[in-house]
This record gives sequence, structure tokens and C-alpha cells, in this order.
Amino acid sequence: MEVVVPPFESFYEEHKDAVFAFLRRRLGRTSAEDAFQDTFLRALRAYDRLEHGRHLRAWIFTIAARVAIDSSRRRPSDTLSLGDEGSVEDSRPAYAELEHLADELPPTERAAVVLRYGYDLEYEEIGTALGSSADAARQAASSGIRRLRRKEGPS
Amino acid sequence: MTVSHELDARFREAAADQGLLDVAYDLVDTPLGTLLVAGSRAGLCRISYDPEPEREVERLARVLGTRILRSPKPVDEVRRQLDQYFDRQRHEFDVDVDLRLTADFSRRVLEELSKVPYGETTTYGELAARSARPRAARAVGTVMNRNPIPIVLPCHRVVGANGSLTGYGGGIERKEALLMLEGALL
Repeated sequence: MEVVVPPFESFYEEHKDAVFAFLRRRLGRTSAEDAFQDTFLRALRAYDRLEHGRHLRAWIFTIAARVAIDSSRRRPSDTLSLGDEGSVEDSRPAYAELEHLADELPPTERAAVVLRYGYDLEYEEIGTALGSSADAARQAASSGIRRLRRKEGPS
Repeated sequence: MTVSHELDARFREAAADQGLLDVAYDLVDTPLGTLLVAGSRAGLCRISYDPEPEREVERLARVLGTRILRSPKPVDEVRRQLDQYFDRQRHEFDVDVDLRLTADFSRRVLEELSKVPYGETTTYGELAARSARPRAARAVGTVMNRNPIPIVLPCHRVVGANGSLTGYGGGIERKEALLMLEGALL
């Protein structure tokens, strides 16, 4: 069934608090505010090219995650606020390649794989992004990875 | 953790400033109630008496594009002119209008309508004649009823041949109030 793209206003109102909370955890308050604006401006620039209104939460979280990475690269000192979770390496080109690789996965698995292995989100956060739970996110990511492995073949 | 009012306002303004919106709208308080006022890059496209914006926003998005956002600044000029109008400091609106919400025949009628001066009234039949459709009084009534930009396009100045107010998209009491404001009704 085709899901129409909602007016940007509704999209923004629905996701802004969750996106801000996510950015704030990653970047701390000051950087989070700039990143928030950047995230939704990027979304707005691409919004008229969306073909349907499904998986918009995963979509905006993917943009936010990318903005967060760009932002912490620009300010290396801020990476301290990433907490003990992330193994923060200076450059993390993984996400670009991974997004491409994961292109053919079903949308939920794709988002879970990209957010987990490309952007290093916790399953809790991915669950939020996908509108499900941490467990569901873990499952989607691992079945996505299995599917990718099958596709790649044994090597 | 919620987005602060300042941050929210900053984003809404930046979105408009960077020219990324198909439609910007805001709610405007007037003596006739709260109006939804919307503009595109081409001009003012909608004034709605409907206090529940959601339906209106969806309709605008369908016709004019999904990049629609509540953003006060682009609406400020119209807000200022409406304030002056309701203070009796302004008789004519000086804004570009975007009539893409309206079909061609209706546009022609609305263009004629825009020439009806402040404080005067005309009839459906007269307006039909001026729009080169002398027998289309009833159709003109429908166009008035669907006028996307009431007040600025003054459909309240169109009355029945016997002088009765007949009807108004925003409710007959608003039509009466507007005509009284303009001194066309005592």
C-alpha cells in the first residue's frame, strides 16, 4: 500500500524531540542545537524527492547520525561527550560504504544495519528510530547481516 | 528531552530564509477569530477561517508541495496589513496572490472580485457579467464559497440581487462584521 509523504510540518513535529534527544546524547547541548538545525534542513532539502512516507523515522535518524559524525569530526574535543559507548575513531568512513552495500536489504533491516554498524547507534536508539524495541532492532540488524553474508557468498 | 522554543523558532526561520519551503503558514489573531494564513514563493495563497489547521495543511501540501512549515516571518507582511485593515487603517491589500488552488474559470472571477472597492458591494449576477459569463450567477456563488483567500479577495462584498447577504464561507456573521467594519452596512 502506498503511504503518502506527510506535510513536512507533521513530519517535523512528530520526530523533532526524539531527534534532538538523540543528538544531545551524542554531542552535548551546544553542538546538538546546531546539529538539530542542520539535520532538519538537510531533510527539508531532500523532502520533495521522497517517493513514499514509509520509514521516515529511520530516515531522519540516519541523517541525524551522519550530521553527528560530521559535527564531532569538526570538533575533536566534543568526542569526549560521546560517553563510554562508542569506540570513537577519528575517521569512520564505514557508513558510506555500508549504506551502499545495504541498499538492497528490506528497509527495516537496512536501517538497522546502517544505524548499528555504520553509525554505531545503540540498539535502544535504533529501536526508537524504527518505532520498535531494542530487541526488534537487534533482530533486524542480525538478519540484515546474515542476508548480506549470503549475498556476498563465502569468502 | 524536548526542543526548546528558541531552537524550534530558529529552525523554522532558517527553513524560510533558505528558500526551502513550498508553503509557509502561521496563525493570525483577528477580531473575526484566528485565521490560518499561508503563502508560497509566488504570494499569498490561502486564508482559512478553519481553526483546526491540520486538514488545511494537508490540502495545501497535496496541491502546492509537501515542504510546508509553520513559519511566522514570511507571513508577517500579510499579518501587518490585516491588522491595519481591522483597525480601519487600510482599504486595499498590497500583496501578490497565488491562485494555484483555484481552477481557471474561478481565477477569472476572483480577478474581477479583487476590483470591487472597499466599502461597496456588488451582486453575484453583476460579478458574473463582468467575468464574461452573464448567466453564471450561481457558479459565481460557488466560486465565492470556495474563495481560497477571503478578506483579501473580498467575497464578503458580494450580495444577493435583493441586497440579502445570502451566505459566506466563514459564516454569515463574519460577512456582516466585515461589511460593517467597512461601513457598507449600518
